Amino acid sequence: MAEPLKPKERVKIPRQAMPEQPALARAHNFQEVNLGLQVVAAEHEAQRCLTCSDPKCVQGCPVGVKIRDFVELVLSGDYLQAAAKIREDNILPAVTGRVCPQENQCEGACVLGNRFSPLAIGNLERFVADYERATGQVGLPTLAPPTGKKVAIVGSGPAGLSCAGDLAIQGHKVTVFEALHEIGGVLLYGIPEFRLPKDIVRQEVDNMRKLGIDFQTNVVIGKTVTVDELFDEEGFHAVFVATGAGLPRFLNLPGEHLGGVYSANEFLTRVNLMKAYDPSHYDEPIYDCRGRNVAVVGGGNTAMDAIRSALRLGAKNAYVIYRRGEEEMPARREELHHAQDEGVQFLTLHNPIEFLGDARGYLRAVRLTRMALGEPDASGRRSSAPVPDSEFELPLDVVIIAVGTGANPLVQSTTPDLRLNKWGYIIADEESLRTSKRGVFAGGDIVSGSATVILAMGAGRKAARSIHQFLCDGAW
Amino acid sequence: MFPIVQARFLSPDVKQFRIEAPRIARKRKAGQFVIVRLHEYGERIPLTISDSDESDGTITLVVQGIGKTTRLMNQLEAGDAVLDLVGPLGEPSHVDRFGTVVVIGGGVGTAIAYPTAVAMKQAGNRVISILGARTAELLILEQEVRATSDELHLLTDDGSRGERGFVTQKLQELLDGGTEVNLVLAIGPVPMMKAVADVTRPRAIKTIVSLNPIMVDGTGMCGGCRVQVGGASKFACVDGPEFDAHAVDFQILMQRNSLYKEQERAALARFEADPTPDREHVAHCHLEQQHPAAGPRAGVREGGECRG
Ligand SMILES: Cc1cc2nc3c(=O)[nH]c(=O)nc-3n(C[C@H](O)[C@H](O)[C@H](O)COP(=O)(O)OP(=O)(O)OC[C@H]3O[C@@H](n4cnc5c(N)ncnc54)[C@H](O)[C@@H]3O)c2cc1C
Ligand SMILES: Cc1cc2nc3c(=O)[nH]c(=O)nc-3n(C[C@H](O)[C@H](O)[C@H](O)COP(=O)(O)OP(=O)(O)OC[C@H]3O[C@@H](n4cnc5c(N)ncnc54)[C@H](O)[C@@H]3O)c2cc1C
Ligand code: FES
Repeated sequence: MAEPLKPKERVKIPRQAMPEQPALARAHNFQEVNLGLQVVAAEHEAQRCLTCSDPKCVQGCPVGVKIRDFVELVLSGDYLQAAAKIREDNILPAVTGRVCPQENQCEGACVLGNRFSPLAIGNLERFVADYERATGQVGLPTLAPPTGKKVAIVGSGPAGLSCAGDLAIQGHKVTVFEALHEIGGVLLYGIPEFRLPKDIVRQEVDNMRKLGIDFQTNVVIGKTVTVDELFDEEGFHAVFVATGAGLPRFLNLPGEHLGGVYSANEFLTRVNLMKAYDPSHYDEPIYDCRGRNVAVVGGGNTAMDAIRSALRLGAKNAYVIYRRGEEEMPARREELHHAQDEGVQFLTLHNPIEFLGDARGYLRAVRLTRMALGEPDASGRRSSAPVPDSEFELPLDVVIIAVGTGANPLVQSTTPDLRLNKWGYIIADEESLRTSKRGVFAGGDIVSGSATVILAMGAGRKAARSIHQFLCDGAW
Repeated sequence: MFPIVQARFLSPDVKQFRIEAPRIARKRKAGQFVIVRLHEYGERIPLTISDSDESDGTITLVVQGIGKTTRLMNQLEAGDAVLDLVGPLGEPSHVDRFGTVVVIGGGVGTAIAYPTAVAMKQAGNRVISILGARTAELLILEQEVRATSDELHLLTDDGSRGERGFVTQKLQELLDGGTEVNLVLAIGPVPMMKAVADVTRPRAIKTIVSLNPIMVDGTGMCGGCRVQVGGASKFACVDGPEFDAHAVDFQILMQRNSLYKEQERAALARFEADPTPDREHVAHCHLEQQHPAAGPRAGVREGGECRG
């Protein structure tokens, strides 16, 4: 247990650094980069909290985690209680502690940040969640008596999982349908092992199995079974669509069919879901990156994950090609810095215009143009435009396209009465998450477009409340 | 876990499986496929649904052992189980009353073309089938195809069964002889499909091919299966696998299909040297009763449940 300090003393404590694997070593393995705070560091960090009466961090959190309260529990050494406190609002603390963009959320709002470094909320969250996992004492909630109602959840990403958990607690019979052979959505096939160990996701899913949730992998809703059949033939009373934004976007540039040109989804799926980084045990192949030149096009988390994976697969040169500047990159700052430390080279203000191949149809180079920043565009980011006569060739063996994804269409195309927006995302009421079809709710990336784990989780919880209401009163 | 209830060789390298997958058996249409993963360390490979039986909840797959995964699969027997099986994927064949339809199957392509031939026949078409293989023992499903065809032509490269020659020669002969053909469906090795397209192109006969690019998820999520059709990029797993043969860029397909040649060769060599580890990863099911008398769930796995 750590002594509470006076505010003046609190601000004198420096933000506790997250211990990391050394950059040069970790650039060659798939083990987790961040090692987690030790108890002493966690106590020091918790002591920095000003315990504001009106905590801004809580407002900064998309799901309103009671941050001040859990940090106080850390201070009193009650780590399991601290984890339970987070779980009241966030069922995946070991995940969000690792992957939330804290700098734009809780930590961005922390008043310490006005003059000092903000409280390391994400690291503390991870600390208590890991402690809880290590003890194996995840407090399973008590379940309400069975209601006899059946709910189908389509998609097992954070939105689907959190909705499933909440509904099971309320006594409903929940079945989660997943198209792939493993549960977890992007947490599993997208975010790499070195940032989010898959055992964490698996353990959370096992906990949910204990709540009586039935997970059915290898079921593609819209193909194996349609939404209408879920109601009419399989007896479900409500359906939550949480299929994510998994459709890869390409650049539509010449040469995109060349061998060595990947979508980030394909590259990351091969590496993470299919474990192509471990060829002595797993069969799924991936282009041999050893000693090769590899680039990713894009500046988000996906781009960082892809290029850092390529580096770990042995790339000689690993480049990020991004059409705007570093400031404009949407990736989490920590990922950006980790990538830089590991030796990734940044070609900001560059854009590809053509992929060039050899006679066998393999990529050999990319033609780039330099870009210049202009005025802020609709999204508030500064747009960029090509600099005339600035083209050049960069020799490349592999290029990974990470310029965003679109709505996964298989549910929509087989459920004609679901209303969609012009990009093919499902339209759902902001509060109730009801769609245009009675009994069908939708949330997460399939409604918002690509967003974040915490927002998807928040949507899942919101949907659970609304579905519970619907199952109780039948009103639509 | 998907129990194999029947397995038999159709030719030395081609094996036919009946596998329990009731949801898929109920849903699938001609031209659709599944993605299979044999065990926890395995890759995901696409296989066409050759047939299905809704009453006992099984689907039929026909597998040609060409590399590590398909050769491992062809070592499986009734009572073994496939870990993952998902489908039906892809767009069904466009079946209509076209008139006269020529169905061309090369090698294992015969098994892929067979369900569509059946559907074409049922839709009231006159079906002329042309099956080709290197040699007699590699010809498969002859009886089945004969039963669904108004005319059947067999060709082998060495003349050991049927006529000597290539399927394209027979097609050319039919066309030159004045047979009026409204649609050609050609499924087999890429060079064969390309050659068929070249025969029908000058006569502007609508020709459909089923493409076999390398796939991962099979649901449109990775783009690895992209093919060039009419200058546009299409995902074979959701937009296909059948496309207009005259618009397909076969060159790109062949190049993309050889992307992992080295890894494939190495994997096969390792497997041939010692298949034991892989075979040990395969799960087994007790088949409680003799199929097909068994109910909708014939298999129960030790320590787990077999689910179709
Ligand atoms: C590489 C990468 C890195 C990221 N990094 C971060 C990060 O650091 N921090 C952060 O907050 N966010 C990050 N994100 C974004 C975040 O992962 C997503 O916003 C979040 O996962 C969305 O959750 P979801 O539940 O809506 O959908 P998803 O996680 O996409 O899950 C949808 C699931 O539905 C399944 N599915 C789709 N169609 C069907 C169907 N027809 N039938 C059955 N199942 C279906 C899919 O297979 C998938 O498993 C990252 C995304 C990617 C791709
Ligand atoms: C829609 C579709 C339907 C198919 N139906 C059948 C069928 O009914 N019966 C049958 O025997 N074969 C079928 N195939 C081909 C079959 O999927 C490949 O033969 C199999 O994947 C080879 O795997 P392998 O490990 O045995 O051989 P490998 O040595 O790994 O590969 C041999 C060749 O098979 C192709 N291949 C490899 N991996 C994949 C993959 N993941 N996806 C697709 N192709 C791959 C490549 O061209 C490769 O060069 C189909 C393919 C597609 C796309
Ligand atoms: S196999 Fe992944 S998109 Fe077709």
